[in-house]
Amino acid sequence: MYKQTYLCEIVEKKQLAPEIIDMTIKSKELAADALPGQFLNIRCGDGCSTILRRPISICDVDPAADTLRFIFQVKGSGTQFLEAKQCGDTLDIMGPLGSPFHLLEKVDGDVILLGGGIGVFPLFLLAKSIYEKGVKPTAYLGFRSADLVVMEAEFKQYTKDVKVSTDDGSYGMHGYATAYLINHIKNKKVGLVYACGPEPMLRQVQSICHENKVRCQLSLEQRMGCGIGACLVCACKIKKQEGFAYQHVCKDGPVFWSEDVVFGGE
Amino acid sequence: MENTNKSLKVNIGGVMLKNPIVTASGTFGFGKEYGEYFELSRLGAICVKGLTLTPRPGNPPPRIAETASGILNSVGLQNPGVEAFVKHELPHILKHDTKVIANIAGNTLEEYCHMAQIISDSATDLVEMNISCPNVKQGGVAFGTDAEMVYNITHEVKKYCKQPLIVKLSPNVTDITQIAKAAESGGADALSLINTLLGMRIDIHTKKPILANNVGGLSGPAIKPVAVRMVWQVASAVKIPIIGMGGIMTGSDAIEFMLAGASAVAVGTANFSDPLACVRILEEVESYLDKYEITDINDIVGKVAVHRK
Repeated sequence: MYKQTYLCEIVEKKQLAPEIIDMTIKSKELAADALPGQFLNIRCGDGCSTILRRPISICDVDPAADTLRFIFQVKGSGTQFLEAKQCGDTLDIMGPLGSPFHLLEKVDGDVILLGGGIGVFPLFLLAKSIYEKGVKPTAYLGFRSADLVVMEAEFKQYTKDVKVSTDDGSYGMHGYATAYLINHIKNKKVGLVYACGPEPMLRQVQSICHENKVRCQLSLEQRMGCGIGACLVCACKIKKQEGFAYQHVCKDGPVFWSEDVVFGGE
Repeated sequence: MENTNKSLKVNIGGVMLKNPIVTASGTFGFGKEYGEYFELSRLGAICVKGLTLTPRPGNPPPRIAETASGILNSVGLQNPGVEAFVKHELPHILKHDTKVIANIAGNTLEEYCHMAQIISDSATDLVEMNISCPNVKQGGVAFGTDAEMVYNITHEVKKYCKQPLIVKLSPNVTDITQIAKAAESGGADALSLINTLLGMRIDIHTKKPILANNVGGLSGPAIKPVAVRMVWQVASAVKIPIIGMGGIMTGSDAIEFMLAGASAVAVGTANFSDPLACVRILEEVESYLDKYEITDINDIVGKVAVHRK
């Protein structure tokens, strides 16, 4: 059987925060296959004046209802197109794409989910999946400011503890969510960290985990073309014996083991 | 009415393609990924990712930027090298009933010749010589912008090529017909045009170019009128067949290129918005033939009815 693109109906749409839209679509095929950390590649225009699809990570899946949920920030022409869509409209979607978060059978120590900004959303399905395996992770979520804090209550259902930080201190701890991670590692044994967020945050998580010898998976982001590993544009540096090799976020990732990732210069 | 007897076969330098739809080099990898979306034997030919003599890591990211009706890319010929292609990638493509075009890009004349020799001993059907890549420092477009150099390189590489040789032309030149004629006199069996147009995008907030390479190649519908014009000009300047490309998103676009003088067409950027673009375009081309009761696709090649001035 060949893969295909799916025309999916939007069944729910809400605004969670300024410029943060929460959308649920119906698709039996996508809902059946989706794993935490994977993404959908959504056509955001006529495919001619706006060519590139937008990769948006999967936030939640309900296989019983055949629905998938994703949350996105309205940033440019593509996401503006998505924002204008209403319940009952359809979206042309490829997916689920990418290699998912690795769920380990046995983790020696606490499992931490660390999300920054829109990087919080893919961690939700991950939290649920870990919870269903009988482990309660701890979630540390960072946002820019109080008005952008979302999903705190939802994460609470599947975690031991949720702590929120804001860059400006308007809600929760003043600072970055990585401070919670440092603190947690100091006080308790951490077995595995999953992180998704802006690159400066991921760099910090990488060095914290490296220094403390904690295993960690990072979900990376890069400008994509085809989304399936053919065009090779979404390159990321992955360690090999001598130096690095370029792998691709869309197919080899977006999730990589932290120790394999080489962050670029600048 | 559907005409089941119509012929879609086209001849590119002595190789018969079952239909005129070819994948554009660099947008389709080695076929594996899109082969999960449709049967690759639907294609007239697969033109693979540009190959170099030794493996190339490619340029740092970001390698892509979106523009109005187009994209800029600067992948920088990331590829496993021509030998790895022959050994590891080609066998997979050969399982499908389609023709294989190996796209080669060298830093020096010697490299082009060496690659042509390696390809000659493989089951590749055609060689496309890329003298027009805008994204690498050495070679690439440097060879493709001077008529004398184009003649020389074509003439030399041809000696090592057992397969028909296609020369891929750059639009970043003053007069593309001069370059086309030079390739033809050098012994090219066919031409493909156009490669991407050199472009740039700047993020006004960071004041930095979006591409890490600063500049990159523009493709997509934005360049289509330029490509159609160049195919038309070149078609009236040379006798060898042309594979036309540049922003083909629909069957109508493909027909436009064929009317301008292309015997076959390559689909590139369209694959990104629609992974089934090649198959859809083929079906749309067939409906056009049915609509106008055309029984042989070659009957439309170069049949643009230009206005008399």
